[in-house]
Amino acid sequence: MFDYCADPSTLEGLSWLSCYLTTGKHLLFYQSFFFVIALMLVTAPVALGVGFLGALASRSRVLPLRWIGLGYTSIVRGVPDIAFFLFMPLALDQGLEWLRHKTRCPDWDQPVRQGNDFVVCAQAKLPMSSAPQWVHEYYGVALGIGAFAFVFGAFAAYVLAGAMNAVPRAQIETAEAYGMTRRQATRRILIPQMWVYALPGLSNLWMILIKATPLLFLLGITDVVYWARELGGRKTSAFDYPHPDWRLWYFLALLVFYLTLTKVSQLGFDRLARRLSRGQATLGGMQEAKG
Amino acid sequence: MSCLQTIADYGLRSIGIGERLLPKTDFTLCQQFTLIGSGLIWNVYFAILALSLGFFLSISVALARNSTALAVRKPAEWFTFVFRGSPLFIQFFLFYEAFTLLPKNGIELNLGFVEITAATRWLTRAWAGALIVLFLNTSAYAGEIFYGALRSVPKGDLEAADAYGFSGWKKFRKITFPTMLRLGWPAYTNESIFLFHATTLVYFSSFPAWQQSGDALYYASYFADKTFNPFIPYPILAFYFILLSLAIILVYGRIYRYLNRHLPQDKRPRFRVRPQLVR
Repeated sequence: MFDYCADPSTLEGLSWLSCYLTTGKHLLFYQSFFFVIALMLVTAPVALGVGFLGALASRSRVLPLRWIGLGYTSIVRGVPDIAFFLFMPLALDQGLEWLRHKTRCPDWDQPVRQGNDFVVCAQAKLPMSSAPQWVHEYYGVALGIGAFAFVFGAFAAYVLAGAMNAVPRAQIETAEAYGMTRRQATRRILIPQMWVYALPGLSNLWMILIKATPLLFLLGITDVVYWARELGGRKTSAFDYPHPDWRLWYFLALLVFYLTLTKVSQLGFDRLARRLSRGQATLGGMQEAKG
Repeated sequence: MSCLQTIADYGLRSIGIGERLLPKTDFTLCQQFTLIGSGLIWNVYFAILALSLGFFLSISVALARNSTALAVRKPAEWFTFVFRGSPLFIQFFLFYEAFTLLPKNGIELNLGFVEITAATRWLTRAWAGALIVLFLNTSAYAGEIFYGALRSVPKGDLEAADAYGFSGWKKFRKITFPTMLRLGWPAYTNESIFLFHATTLVYFSSFPAWQQSGDALYYASYFADKTFNPFIPYPILAFYFILLSLAIILVYGRIYRYLNRHLPQDKRPRFRVRPQLVR
């Protein structure tokens, strides 16, 4: 990074540290922080979308759809989320490959499961063996996002269904009195009003999402935990920058990163709650109108 | 090999009793059920000890946060902030690294008249080290819940206690504490379920599983890796966990009924079997 870093063995003190903290691997480490944030920003809307569909399904008037919605939320909440993070990528991968196998190779006569192997024809492999390197890398990330969206979608569905039930019944009845259909009442009255009731649950969910991101490490993704372990481990004199086991300090840095993230989010949500309760017939809304 | 034989061999495998080697090929459904169930011993062990120890610390944290003395309140607030604001996964790593940095031979303590050596090696083992992390973590979350409950103890109850001449310890013991417990109980139930689920993280963070004896998820992922078929071990795990979550709800529901026994029949709040999301 700096000119004086050419020969690390001659450095001492602060200049050593400044060189050490700007090595190529450290720059990758810093990038992985942005990667974590980007991942949350991608996952949150996807999970919210899944949750929205789940909430609508669990309130549906079609019985099988309601069962699916209710079953989905209660199973995900009854089982440790980490089990889903281990299960979903594998299951998604195999499910997709199986579907492609069925459509692309209809005349394949061998079973897909042969003992301890999962065999599909070459055209059904995901990602294709001819695909460029970046596809292979991002495929794993995409599966991870899928797992997160599945788990957090169930949580969001639960929160949103509760919020829909919390909108005062009289509001819907008024809409019906004006001659709106059920669908119109849902779209024009229920959905705009439910957010203020959903906000505490959703902000809680965002916090849980933040605190679940290090689990990506378990999916083999090179995230902050991976780099902390990699960089912190003891480096012998064979390395340019030898140092003893510093993993404690690296994890301390991660701890501070996550504390900052949750603290900033908390402040943001507090502001948003004040903003959203403006004009609502709630205690918060009345205080907002006065002040 | 019959299923009973498998249960005899592997039923207590996770705590080092029975067959040492894990099955390598030709996994039967019975083996998967038995081994995952055997791993569940560890989840129950962590959950019960962390919760029962954490209960007392969480009450202390709640009371400390309500204190007017800054020297008492601030540490409790920081404790809650750090443990609630950071991922449990990172906490496991951090504590593990801290424990491994302790000197291997133990710490020499000079008490003036006698010198003792405090052993440190056991702290790096999951049964103790992970338990400490889980204990502190649940104390912070439950402390927050009980603090909220403490703040919402009805003013009238406290005034009535004053009117009866209750004060100090007696007022706390007879009025404040039971009401706080009653108000916080549904949320605390939820936290307990979350902690029970969080015990599956232990062997997937930094703490190593000695001699391949881990918890339920450890065995489930072992089978999923070996058979490359996640659709059997994980549903088995889910089955066990849903069953035990229901057991927790049942037990906590009983306690909740007991805590509300003095209220008139029609005013008793119904225990929500579908817990809210608080963690």
